[in-house]
Amino acid sequence: MHTTLESSLPLLLGMAWLLPLLSFTLIVLFGQRMGKHGVGASYLATFSIVVGFLFSAISLGLWLYANPLSAAHAAEPEAQIDVAREHKTPAEEHHAASDLKAPDYYTGDLYTLGQFGSLKISISYYIDALTVGMFAMVTLIASCIHFYAIGYMHDELHDLTDHEVTLADGRHLHRPGRFHRFFQYLSLFCFSMLGLVYAGNIFMVFIFWELVGICSYFLIGFYIERKSACNAANKAFIVNRVGDFGMIVGLMALWGALGTFAFGDAKQADGTVARGIFSQVRDAGQEHALIVPDGMVRASAWKMVQEVAVDHRDHADPAAAESEIESRLSDYRDQHYGYWLLVVAGVGIFCGCVGKSAQFPLHVWLPDAMEGPTPVSALVHSATMVAAGVYLTGRFYPVFTPEARLVIAYTGGITLFLAATIAITATDIKRVLAYSTVSQLGYMMLALGVGGWVAGLFHLITHAFFKSLLFLCSGSVIHACHTNEMPKMGGLLKKMPWTGYTMLAGCLAIIGAGLPPIFGFWPFGFGLSGFYSKDSIIAQAYSFWMANPTHGMILFAAAAGGASITAFYMFRLWFMTFIGQPRDHHVYEHAHESPRIMYLPLVVLASFAVIIGWTFPGVWSVTDLLEQARWPGEAGAGVLMPSLIYPNELLSHQHHVHLIAGLTAFSTALGGFLLATVFYGVRWLNPAEVRQQFAPVYTFLINKWYFDELYDVLFVTPTHFVAMIIAWFDRQIIDGFINNLARWTYRVATFDDLIDRYLVDGLVNLTAAWTWSLGNSLRGLQTGLLRQYIMLIVIGTVALTIIVNFASAG
Amino acid sequence: MNPLTTPVGVSHFMAVGAVMFVCGVVCMAAKRNALGVLMGIELVLNGANINFVAMSSPFLSAHGRGGLGLDGQFIALFVIVLAAAEAAVALAITLNFYNNHATIDVDRADELRG
Repeated sequence: MHTTLESSLPLLLGMAWLLPLLSFTLIVLFGQRMGKHGVGASYLATFSIVVGFLFSAISLGLWLYANPLSAAHAAEPEAQIDVAREHKTPAEEHHAASDLKAPDYYTGDLYTLGQFGSLKISISYYIDALTVGMFAMVTLIASCIHFYAIGYMHDELHDLTDHEVTLADGRHLHRPGRFHRFFQYLSLFCFSMLGLVYAGNIFMVFIFWELVGICSYFLIGFYIERKSACNAANKAFIVNRVGDFGMIVGLMALWGALGTFAFGDAKQADGTVARGIFSQVRDAGQEHALIVPDGMVRASAWKMVQEVAVDHRDHADPAAAESEIESRLSDYRDQHYGYWLLVVAGVGIFCGCVGKSAQFPLHVWLPDAMEGPTPVSALVHSATMVAAGVYLTGRFYPVFTPEARLVIAYTGGITLFLAATIAITATDIKRVLAYSTVSQLGYMMLALGVGGWVAGLFHLITHAFFKSLLFLCSGSVIHACHTNEMPKMGGLLKKMPWTGYTMLAGCLAIIGAGLPPIFGFWPFGFGLSGFYSKDSIIAQAYSFWMANPTHGMILFAAAAGGASITAFYMFRLWFMTFIGQPRDHHVYEHAHESPRIMYLPLVVLASFAVIIGWTFPGVWSVTDLLEQARWPGEAGAGVLMPSLIYPNELLSHQHHVHLIAGLTAFSTALGGFLLATVFYGVRWLNPAEVRQQFAPVYTFLINKWYFDELYDVLFVTPTHFVAMIIAWFDRQIIDGFINNLARWTYRVATFDDLIDRYLVDGLVNLTAAWTWSLGNSLRGLQTGLLRQYIMLIVIGTVALTIIVNFASAG
Repeated sequence: MNPLTTPVGVSHFMAVGAVMFVCGVVCMAAKRNALGVLMGIELVLNGANINFVAMSSPFLSAHGRGGLGLDGQFIALFVIVLAAAEAAVALAITLNFYNNHATIDVDRADELRG
């Protein structure tokens, strides 16, 4: 542990994390007053994310300085594999255990939100090589997107007319611009994503997970007046909730059994160590192999534990029962107690990732999310929202059991194939890219599922660069053409060279263009970033196939087939947009290159998309950086499928594996590319004829495998039906009851009013009337004649005297 | 028993007091002039005073001792003081009444009648 890093990394990354929050707060409070029409908000947001990038870059530099990348992994895979194999033989266990080291990480609490018994909810950090790498990637891409958005969103600087919204009177909506609000949400989005990466416990991940969700909701629904945007935002939010339900189940399983949310071991103030989830599941004493933690065994075998406790009820020594249970735990563990709890925890957490990363069957929200402005699509599809799901799967990887991994692998495989096929027929330029994202996310999940931890996260990082690039390029095209439809474009390369060539770089990167090692001047071939990451995924899938014939073949086929389809639809997109004769002259006439603030970020992203995967031995290599965060140790075979074998990821670096993988990737991608060239590049074949030939398939694909219709029938219609019944119940029964109650109250009140008015008021008025008439009748006595009064006094006195005298006499 | 021949006793004083009281009452009731009314009041008060003084005088009582001791004399002194005070207030009222109405006819002072 490096003390300087231990104190400086949380500080640097923490500042990078909190700066966007500061920017968000300032824009919320003063956004409209920042410069003319709130233009200052964009400068503030961009400044904060750029400074965040600087801090992240410094952190990355510090990390690399303290933990130099060893070239060993790349250069000498065989030696590493020997180590990996070595600790499988029991005789040399002790020797091997010393070679296996848990990854370096720094963790700690920043602030405790609350402590309820043993449940501690805190804002904490967990920083390892993955965190540092993700911070640099997210802030860099977000910076580029911020710059781009300043140009792209300039329409919002003044009042504008939204031509996609028709009001009731037939006119288009005219509304004030919302420039500052866009940047406000962008800042919040960056803050949420960075917080998710920074988080040191799964609960904090969940908080930021939801924050990312709500930000995407705000941004997808940015054009809130458009019905489609409104629906898309709701769809994204609701579909994500479905996944989050599983995640909450996973959280409950973890906390209920382990009593902690923290990832890493944290030193307590009293010198003891609070064990986090990872070290409990991957115990250092067991060579970091996957074991069911004590807490889960206890929770699952509670009947036996209770029996032991009952047996020791009358025992003098209170610790005896505890030590007896301790001694029996390994027996329980051998009987697989607690194993399914671990599976539930893993699959539950993965459910959340399925929703967030738009995996089958929850992939339906992502293409609709295209309703947001293009910079948002770029951010959502590369660095933030969907990356969060893959990131969490990667972060939580040590906990996944083989069964959970297989679920991940199949989910990824299905998604990858499904989305790729839909992308073939889509004509909306952003939708093609959206399905391409879903498909690439499937790749990442597939890689993680077949044991390729580094491969999956490597692809996450390279994909982030080229996908944000592709989206920004498509935004640039849309900006120029004012349409999303590719059939109206064509031949734009002459008009928009910057956009066209950077997009070509992005397309080449995503299909994994490169020369496989067979051509030879580089041990792993040479190519653009996507080449390396896709290669390592296919290599791992191949390695998995070798170990598990049935599952492996299906997954390998999905990976290889997906690579081919990817190449086809990406170049279909590029050819249709930039090459050939313009299809719509009106659009073509008006097309123009975007302003410099928009294409410079494209150039930056394009250069990263080319070089990010390159290895500079000892200096920079994404795989070596990620390798530092990989948990060693085996997951072993599953309980359900004892024959399942997860090959060590280092095995996929072997030369013959890599050669086959490289050739597969190269040939499939080349095949897809050539097919696209034949159809759309040189146009030897007419796509319309093929479309007619395969009409049923085409209809099936253009309708997106009828998923929306299926969900409509399965979920939306029943929900509407139930809602209708409940509405009827509400309106008739509950409202009726309430209305009756009101009616009766009214009647009682009317009766009460009568009593008040006639009885109570009547008595009071009667008294008053009597008093008045008495006074009236007495006023005649008051004549005002003094002499008369005196006479009355005298007469009264005399009369009194006489009466008294007669009375006393009588 | 002829009162004119018997020696002067309490009953003679009481007779004088009664005559003065009746004169005063008649004066109050008959006069329209406010000052006349005031005079009547003085007569009434002094008629009562004579009764007090006579009743408590030790020289007039049959057995040489006043039934009331000296109390009657003191009450008479109080009455004189009260009469003086009452006269002062009544004269002031009369003066004001004259200022407002240019007359002191009490029959004209009927503005507060019911």
